[in-house]
Amino acid sequence: MRARRLGFWQVFWLVAGALFFLVPLYGTAEYSLETGPGQYGFKHYLTILQDPAFKASFLYSLKIALATVAIGIVLMVPTVYWVNLRLPRLRKVIDFLAVLPFVVPPVALVVGINRLFTSQPVLILGQPQRVSFWLVSGPQILVMAYVILALPFTYRSLDAGMRAIDLHTLTEAAQSVGASWTRVLLSVILPNIRYAMLSAAFLTITLVMGEYTMSSLLLFNTFAVYVEYTGEAKANPAAALAIISFALTWAAMLGILFLGRGVGRRQGQLTGTR
Amino acid sequence: MANVAPTARPDRSAIVPGRLPAVPAPRRLLGKLSLTWLPVAPFFLYVTIFMLLPSLSIVQGAFSKSTGSGYTLDHVRTLFDPQYRDAFWTSIKLSVATALTGGIFGLFVAYAAVKEGAPRWIRSALITFSGVAANFAGVPLAFAFIATIGTTGVITSFLSSYGIDIYSNGFTLYSFTGLTIVYTYFQLPLMILIISPSIDGLRSQWREAAENLGANTFQYWRMVGLPILWPSLLSAMVLLFGSAFSAYATAYALIGSGSVNLVPIIIGAVMSGNITIDPNLGDALALGMIVIIGFTVAIYALLQRRASRWLR
Repeated sequence: MRARRLGFWQVFWLVAGALFFLVPLYGTAEYSLETGPGQYGFKHYLTILQDPAFKASFLYSLKIALATVAIGIVLMVPTVYWVNLRLPRLRKVIDFLAVLPFVVPPVALVVGINRLFTSQPVLILGQPQRVSFWLVSGPQILVMAYVILALPFTYRSLDAGMRAIDLHTLTEAAQSVGASWTRVLLSVILPNIRYAMLSAAFLTITLVMGEYTMSSLLLFNTFAVYVEYTGEAKANPAAALAIISFALTWAAMLGILFLGRGVGRRQGQLTGTR
Repeated sequence: MANVAPTARPDRSAIVPGRLPAVPAPRRLLGKLSLTWLPVAPFFLYVTIFMLLPSLSIVQGAFSKSTGSGYTLDHVRTLFDPQYRDAFWTSIKLSVATALTGGIFGLFVAYAAVKEGAPRWIRSALITFSGVAANFAGVPLAFAFIATIGTTGVITSFLSSYGIDIYSNGFTLYSFTGLTIVYTYFQLPLMILIISPSIDGLRSQWREAAENLGANTFQYWRMVGLPILWPSLLSAMVLLFGSAFSAYATAYALIGSGSVNLVPIIIGAVMSGNITIDPNLGDALALGMIVIIGFTVAIYALLQRRASRWLR
């Protein structure tokens, strides 16, 4: 490539973009460090870190996130594997279904979930079922909904991971030495898509840790709800929380970027909790 | 023809070289079908229960009578009352405005980083940062802007110490303009991520060919660049529209349930019982959102098909 000087407009737009990105971050950082007129310190960060509600809501969200990751992986790995191996004609249908959650607004989906599950127990064969009581007895319902929200990212990560390996040969080789289907999946396919799974996990965790719409409307005290609640009362610690959230997003994205080397092209960076 | 038994049907997968041999030939076609479909059944079941049924439930709610049983068009008709029509209109305006600001700003930034002698590191730094910034939305983003250009924000006080009061001209962060600025923070990086591959697809040979024929920059863009790029450009902006239209957390954290009349905010207020509206009207509002998003996706798919012609 020829070494060319950057043009004026090129520099202009890059600087404008950088300023727009960085000024709010700088503002938030300064606001979070301000302890008095002209005084700075980590007081607000300490306030946050010492708040028992911070730890409680953070761990609560983390648990929900890990449950979401687990169910998402268990649900999607066999599906993506089988579609790639045996049912390529289903690909279009699954592509479509897996992209829908990106499109259905969470605020609308939560209305439907609330209507269907929490307003009244779901009737199957005319009888209210135990399952639906269990579902709404705790954050289970939130986990179920988050698996749907995370579907586009889980699906795309896993699909990219499986396309990058030779599924047919691996399966055939494993079966020819007598492995069962379970064995093929667990001992042969899973180790080969570990980066794709980790990348899906990071995206899901980022999504769940920041998700506010569904958790607040279904009345669960998740991390995002705690962040919002803090902001209503205390502006400076809220800025500290914003910085902490930003750092968490960075960590997750860098993790994916780092893992991306194992997967080839980076996939699905957008998690979309607006 | 009558003699062809189902078991004699050749299995296509068995004769493709390198493909897995078929499962031991089952007796009946039905048995084979159900076995082949078994591993994907949980997925379809899950999506049906937690996505399709809730969506259908919204439709049912939107058309159900509030008291007693039976169906009605009343709730959907109510959507056209001034209050709700205004909410949809404001939501659409906000989404269009931020799709334009984020889209155009993003195009220029992405083009500056991707093309014409920009060092590689600028590009990879921009893409990485966009990946983070596009995900830095919701409640923390609202707080970041309150801390920066809110009434006591860092930039607000910095400017006022020089005698510039940005709030004196009627500007406030807790308004339509404020929301536009805040939404642009996630729309801009979203645009950069979506449009960069398309800008990559503009081959430098096309530009050189145009220059050899005597075209100046403006002519190149008018006759070559934009005609190739516009379907990608439009489809990216359509996606931005959808992203802003669905947003709830950012708006709620910034304006609460006041000042700007947005559909997601009303739906949230109905659900949390902050305003007493018929819950079935909440379903109708949600249905309205889904319909608009559905149109958006249809337009997106149409434009994508056109865009993929040039960018392989």
